[in-house]
Amino acid sequence: MSDTVITVEDLGKQYVIGHQSGGDDGLRHLIEAVAWTPLTWVRSRRAQKTSKVKEEFWALRDVSFSVKQGEAVGIVGRNGAGKSTLLKLLSRITEPTRGRIRYKGRVASLLEVGTGFHPELTGRENIFLNAAILGMKRSDIMRKFDEIVAFSEVERFLDTPVKRYSSGMYVRLAFGVAAHLEPEILVVDEVLAVGDATFQKKCLGRMGNIVEEGRTVLFVSHNMAAISSLCTRALLIDSGRLERSGSPQAVIEEYLSKSRADASLAVSARGDRRGNGRVRFTKVSALNDRHQVVESVTSGQDISICLEYDIRDSETLKNAVVQVKFSGLLGQPLFACLSRTSLREPLALTPGSRLLCSIPHLPLVPGVYTYTVWCTIGGTLEDFVAEAGKLSVAEGDYFGTGNLPPNTIGDFLVAHTWSVGE
Amino acid sequence: MTSSDETVIVAGRSGQRYLHDLWRYRELFLFLAWRDLLVRYKQTVVGVAWSLVRPFLTMLVLTLVFGKFVNMPSGGVPYSLLVFCGILPWQFFATALSESGNSLVTNTGLISKVYFPRLLIPAGSLVTALVDFLISLAFLVLLMIWYRWTPPATIALLPLFLLLATAASFGVGVWVAALMVKYRDFRFIVPFVVQFGLYISPVGFLSCVVPERYRLLYSLNPIVGVIDGFRWCILGGEHALNWPGLTVSVVGGFFLLVTGIWYFRRTERTFADVI
Repeated sequence: MSDTVITVEDLGKQYVIGHQSGGDDGLRHLIEAVAWTPLTWVRSRRAQKTSKVKEEFWALRDVSFSVKQGEAVGIVGRNGAGKSTLLKLLSRITEPTRGRIRYKGRVASLLEVGTGFHPELTGRENIFLNAAILGMKRSDIMRKFDEIVAFSEVERFLDTPVKRYSSGMYVRLAFGVAAHLEPEILVVDEVLAVGDATFQKKCLGRMGNIVEEGRTVLFVSHNMAAISSLCTRALLIDSGRLERSGSPQAVIEEYLSKSRADASLAVSARGDRRGNGRVRFTKVSALNDRHQVVESVTSGQDISICLEYDIRDSETLKNAVVQVKFSGLLGQPLFACLSRTSLREPLALTPGSRLLCSIPHLPLVPGVYTYTVWCTIGGTLEDFVAEAGKLSVAEGDYFGTGNLPPNTIGDFLVAHTWSVGE
Repeated sequence: MTSSDETVIVAGRSGQRYLHDLWRYRELFLFLAWRDLLVRYKQTVVGVAWSLVRPFLTMLVLTLVFGKFVNMPSGGVPYSLLVFCGILPWQFFATALSESGNSLVTNTGLISKVYFPRLLIPAGSLVTALVDFLISLAFLVLLMIWYRWTPPATIALLPLFLLLATAASFGVGVWVAALMVKYRDFRFIVPFVVQFGLYISPVGFLSCVVPERYRLLYSLNPIVGVIDGFRWCILGGEHALNWPGLTVSVVGGFFLLVTGIWYFRRTERTFADVI
């Protein structure tokens, strides 16, 4: 049973923000106020005792959670939710207004790439400086120097002043140092957002190693794929409060569903559609194998997507092509059911009917999906509704063996067989 | 239940392990000092020689103005030697004050992104001043050789006065550093004080020139005690120490140090929010 390394109790951080009404602090404002409107300034000073309006702003409020040794905790939330403030408090950069934090061991924080880098110093000198700033002892730095240089791939330019580096080299060097810290608790704030694709992969790989070594990691990121692949737990921070704590999938789902405003709106009420409008989708739903409307289905189930529509001029529309495109939580397209490819003849839409797209043996892993529908008549787009419906897929016996497949691997279940032979 | 390495951060009660942290981050202190020194002379041609050119030229000018034009008393020693004995500690104080004062604001990035006891930042600037001091000290030796001047035995007490200078410089430096975070006005106040202080302090002249009744008041400036002490150590004899004045300077210097550190610690927790 691993023990708790971080305990946060009722943490709160308050800032006071000033608003300019009659004046502001600072000599400059005073001089300006007096110079431009001397009379009004004198009058306003006499009229109101306090010319400053101050507002209390809670960046974090009543946050409590605990982290066990070896956990990799992802922290997600919108911009301005308070994630960075939480990290700053954990790193002792700023003091809490309320509550307390307890932690065991050393904390190394990576709140910025290249903290303390001085442009005039060479790469070699900056490695030492940055590593010392991040908390490494001199003996450790000397020991790991070659590893750091190898990771950063800047060996040729080690003795050039860092101000001459390209932004990519700069970031590689900075992360190279950070990647070789060995604290008990590592706190990382969105630093992986920089760098090219190869570099990002390298960094994520390195972070994965750190987690495997049994260190505790707190990771703030907007990269949901990184969070779900790296973290064992996630926290959702919204407007300074801890909204949810749980598995990365669950937390990410809640976070994304908050930001997807229109998904729950009925299709007929949707205003953000495209197309000429000769045909309009009014309702979309998922049906099970007995053609009953269901909220959720299971992997491997025979399902149908039912599309109800209205034809504006109440005529039969020939030459119709309809698509239902399924996307995952992050908006990544998974597959599309396009009538043009699956039918030999184009569809004809008659008024008062509905369209059924039947998918046998649904090959999706458990999760939450959305689907986008569109329709063209004779090649021109008539209706397009993004994320028209939501489909929840639960665990199901896709392979018919009674052994349920894990939902952490990939997005699809693919039928296959095994055999032993020459 | 709590192991020795558990850290507790509680609202309103920070810094209970500050001394412990200061020791733990001692290597960082050395690195910051090393960085400041390196950066100083990067991309310069003359390099370290600048540490020498400044005091040398100041000595020439002051000797000319106070020694030749105004013809101040020199107590029986070559005027330039007299002046240089004053420049040595004054330069230390001026450099330490300017560097420490600006140190926090220059290191805004560090303060808002990394934790370490912030007192190490102005402390690091002291090292730069110390290095300049040592270089100038070497020049003083050359000067003494030039004038064939053998210092009295009291020269062994020089480190004590250097300590006083350090205390006073660090005290004022830390005050200014902490104040500068919130009130950037000090960016203009410090160079002015340094410029003003060069003339008001007994750098270019002997402090015995100041009338007796103002001596005590004059000694409130801790540098007066330091400069007097330096002169007494190096030049001996005629330049007897004014003991009451020295006491005032010593007390003043340490008072500045203690209150400076107190104020710094009090405002340290808001640095990251205000800077």
